[in-house]
Amino acid sequence: MREVSPAQQAEPSSWTLSLRRLIQRTLPLTHLLPDRQPVFVGSWVYIFGVVSIAGLIWVVASGVVLALFGPQWWHQSGVGRFVNSLHLWSVQVFFVFMVLHLWGQYFMAGWRDGRAKTWMVGVVIFAFSIVTAFTGFISQQNFDGQWIAVNAKDATNAAGIGSFFNVLNFGQMYGLHIVLLPMLVGTLVGVHVLLVRIKGVVRPIEKKQPAQPAGEKSAS
Amino acid sequence: MDDPQDRYYAGIRMIRFDLVKEFVLALLAVSIVVIGLAGVFSSPDDPAVTIQTWATKDPVDFVTTATSELAYQSGTAQYGPPYTNTAGAGQAVGPIAPQSWAGVGNPIDTAKDFVLQPLGYAAVGNPTLTKALQTYTAASSDQQQTWLTNYTNALADATVTNDEVTVASGDYGPVPDLMTGMLGLARTGALDGLLLNSGNLYQTDFTKPLLFMGDGSYLSGLAADQHLTGDQWGMMNETGQYPGQTWLWLFSFWYQFAPFNGPATIMGQTIDWSANTDLIVIMLMIILTALLAFVPFTPILRDIPRWVPVYRVIWRRYYRGR
Amino acid sequence: MDAPATYLSWNFILISVPNVLMILGMIAVFVVALIAPFPSHSEAVEPEDSNDA
Repeated sequence: MREVSPAQQAEPSSWTLSLRRLIQRTLPLTHLLPDRQPVFVGSWVYIFGVVSIAGLIWVVASGVVLALFGPQWWHQSGVGRFVNSLHLWSVQVFFVFMVLHLWGQYFMAGWRDGRAKTWMVGVVIFAFSIVTAFTGFISQQNFDGQWIAVNAKDATNAAGIGSFFNVLNFGQMYGLHIVLLPMLVGTLVGVHVLLVRIKGVVRPIEKKQPAQPAGEKSAS
Repeated sequence: MDDPQDRYYAGIRMIRFDLVKEFVLALLAVSIVVIGLAGVFSSPDDPAVTIQTWATKDPVDFVTTATSELAYQSGTAQYGPPYTNTAGAGQAVGPIAPQSWAGVGNPIDTAKDFVLQPLGYAAVGNPTLTKALQTYTAASSDQQQTWLTNYTNALADATVTNDEVTVASGDYGPVPDLMTGMLGLARTGALDGLLLNSGNLYQTDFTKPLLFMGDGSYLSGLAADQHLTGDQWGMMNETGQYPGQTWLWLFSFWYQFAPFNGPATIMGQTIDWSANTDLIVIMLMIILTALLAFVPFTPILRDIPRWVPVYRVIWRRYYRGR
Repeated sequence: MDAPATYLSWNFILISVPNVLMILGMIAVFVVALIAPFPSHSEAVEPEDSNDA
């Protein structure tokens, strides 16, 4: 950050300047796109997160094609069925590697040193991914989707949200699945990645420190 | 210049690491895997069951269900909120009863919506059905119940002769004619369409046909064949030989044993939560998810990583190098 | 692939073979990721200067 001269200190306040300085302080470009990492980031466990994101990109891309051609298309067309298969298997890849990422981060206690927010956003992503996948399953307009909806209604009704969040209403579930929920999950993933870049990767657990939860200054 | 990350990593060797290349390689690898799996295994698409299929494949179950709808004895008729105002229906855990609090937000009159209204359309130009409907609606409620109870009992021994559901003779009033009408509507596929009718041209709400099918045994029988029912870990499963939703294992887990799915005897007491299982499981899963989110602040849970030294394997080279 | 899957049962656990394969596969991938050697970089570099963006 440049030195501020006495003349500059007398400037009238600028919201734009304040915002720019905040961003420069919080996430300089060298932290957003670093070309170096601490040496301990030398384990395959560290790739699970980025592989989940790659899976998510395929989920969204195949989903966009499915939405483009409408919900009936993949039942009637061979190409459509293939795109649906891409969607199914990329969802599997996404969830598998998200869970592996969760296991890895848990055993590394990735929430230490002020990183609790990152962990919590991750759990919220997991929960909303499940809701997104669920609305997708009941939008299939086939036997599986039909059966899942008929059963899921008992859960939503028991929770008192069944007439607002009507799993038997295809239009509502489809709209949630292709618009609202992907936007939410996508935004949360973006926030999650930014938090990781802002703080940097958590340091290895050091033996001599007692268990520290989420304190900003603790060394482990 | 004061970079917090410099302070954080003080004393730790930095090495070159190409994040963008890592991302591109990950994307490439995932692309190969996803395209490969999609090409080799495809995806399942068992066609949806229609009321037409149901009535054709299992007419006795269809007629039994339609009779129960008329008698307000079906699952939907007795469901409680959001469909009906049935007293005492609705899941609760102590004073917590969100199903009842939410009220009847999606009212269904099973006799009218599933039977009488569709038959009204079919009765046009059909004198037998018109007369049967008139007789039924003019009768007292007690008389209707007598006919329906007798017919329901007789259906237990029903047979299918010439595509018609036949029962032993008895006092059923116009009910058999009504059910013949229902079977006809269903078999032609008309009932699928009529139950979607909402007065608008466009429709995306399948509540009525799905509730109606859910009240019968045909749909659930097909589901049981594919291990999709609640007490078969169904939430985790997919039709055919496809992997399902393994990540739902914990949600599905609770439904597999008593007292969640039936009575259990614990220390001499019989406990049965099956009437309120869905609410109990939802509350449990909300608590467990919140616990997962708050691991960083929870003693023991946040300490397990130190006690189970997986981290020593992950960072073994770093520890050796110091 | 559309024929019903084979299911394994033990006590109240009932699981399809495809799901078992997925779970075992996940555990295997995790273990391999833990122990497989990662390409190493021996030369240290200076930490980046934020002004170098």
